[in-house]
Amino acid sequence: MKKYLSFFRLRFSMGLQYRAAALAGIVTQFAWGLMEILAYRAFYAGEPESFPMTFAATASYIWMQQAFLAFFAPWILENEIFESIKDGSIAYELCRPVCIYDMWFSRGVANRLSRAVLRCFPILIVTACVPAPYGLCPPASLMHFVLFVWTLVVGLLVTAAFCMLLYGLCFYTMSPMGLRIMFTSGVELLAGAVIPLPFFPTAIQKFLELLPFAAMQNVPLRIYSGSLTGDDMLKAAILQLFWLVVLVAAGKMLFAAAEQKVTVQGG
Amino acid sequence: MKHDQKQVFSTSNPHQAAPLSALAASGASTHKPVHRMQSSRPTVSPLKLYLHYISINIRSAMEYKTSFFLTALGQFLVSFNVFLGIFFMFQRFTNVQGFTYSEVLLCFSIILLEFSLAEMIARGFDMFSSMVRKGEFDRVLLRPRSSILQVLGSKFELTRIGRMIQALGMFVYGIANSHIAWTFPKIVTVIFMLIGGTCLFSGIFLIYAALCFFTLDGLEFMNVLTDGAREYGKYPLGIYGKRMLQFTTFVVPYALVQYYPLLYLLDKRTELYFVFVPLLAVLFLLPCYALWRMGVRHYKSSGS
Repeated sequence: MKKYLSFFRLRFSMGLQYRAAALAGIVTQFAWGLMEILAYRAFYAGEPESFPMTFAATASYIWMQQAFLAFFAPWILENEIFESIKDGSIAYELCRPVCIYDMWFSRGVANRLSRAVLRCFPILIVTACVPAPYGLCPPASLMHFVLFVWTLVVGLLVTAAFCMLLYGLCFYTMSPMGLRIMFTSGVELLAGAVIPLPFFPTAIQKFLELLPFAAMQNVPLRIYSGSLTGDDMLKAAILQLFWLVVLVAAGKMLFAAAEQKVTVQGG
Repeated sequence: MKHDQKQVFSTSNPHQAAPLSALAASGASTHKPVHRMQSSRPTVSPLKLYLHYISINIRSAMEYKTSFFLTALGQFLVSFNVFLGIFFMFQRFTNVQGFTYSEVLLCFSIILLEFSLAEMIARGFDMFSSMVRKGEFDRVLLRPRSSILQVLGSKFELTRIGRMIQALGMFVYGIANSHIAWTFPKIVTVIFMLIGGTCLFSGIFLIYAALCFFTLDGLEFMNVLTDGAREYGKYPLGIYGKRMLQFTTFVVPYALVQYYPLLYLLDKRTELYFVFVPLLAVLFLLPCYALWRMGVRHYKSSGS
């Protein structure tokens, strides 16, 4: 466990070095969030009765999404890992007395966490000062807030576990390009990054909520904004844990199989 | 001699071996470099040179066919997600501030076409930061051809065809379902929109590149003006509110190539001068070009 914590620490402090990039990212995210909210406002002005959640909840959802973008963005993948599979330097990793899955998993989580830590606070603080309904509203209750933090962490782990499946499949395909494209765009849509899941037609929404993609950003953001409450909230949190266990188990099995017959490239 | 070298490089294609022999020959026989510079002006027209650059770029991209198709597919899927977002929103809502689904698609398709055309042509500016950092811009300056032409020619991104195919699909759907009574001025409007929009986006890429002279690095926040405009230009800009419309009219004139001509196409405005509004966006290239010139003067070589 200690080894993996140090991998985590290493990657985390490395990620904190990119402060200038984080600043640029913050500017972009403010602009993105603003445009997104203005677009929803236009839809809301015409047909408020068709809105699946309150406008203030939508705004909270969007700002939280921007603040924790790095937690859930499917395109944050580690090129070093793809490279090591492709050029054969994976051989060195295999020699080490560590579990590759755990090592890469802790690195992935650390990478996302370090990016988010640099970016989230300015966004959270500024948008909390923006008057309702355009700003970030406080959570509905203390219970909501506690569950939000919990599901946020689990959502981060689910996302990282899903990325591990992609790395694992690359042992078989060698070139990550095709898989990566399908993975990135698929997750964006199904997780609710393009439009929040409640904005999908109800039947599709009900189906999407059961998939592992919904266990990423959908659950924490909707708990915070108050679009999920009561029993639904608890059910979603339990389903999220279920998917985490399944994805990690599947990833471990995939890695075990891949490591059995890994081909070391290069010379 | 030095002048002479520049001269010989200019007339030749930098990617082939021919200039070396030409250089040796001219070097041996030259006595009055200044005079020769007058007499042997470049014979290849800029357009021909540019087309040659493009053909080199396309041929080199085609060496990696799988990579090409996957990148094009990726481009397609990214904007296809945006389309699906619009599609599902309009399952729930009938209109956004008076614009229907097919009208929004028409609007989105035109801005996507403009953006992908600009990205295809002016991708060299987008990649310019690496050119500056590696010191490759020195070589550009040594050749007696316009630096803009050479940077444009350094990259031609055919993979954006993925996006254009989608844009064309939506364009056809939008036209088929928007019940537009097509007249000659309206067809001209669409053409002007494409011209104006491509120039506008190219201008922003040019600013992005010019800023690299000062910062050496690409400025990520410029993405707001390029990718952001592509992303949020999906809806007519008027829906974002009065302030945003003012900003996109007077500061970065997206509305000139998107919102106002769209109003004319959809008969929400009938004044004939709306046809020519998109062409005003071409003027945006002037300050961009001025900034570029300033950057070139400011340029200090970096790299080795």
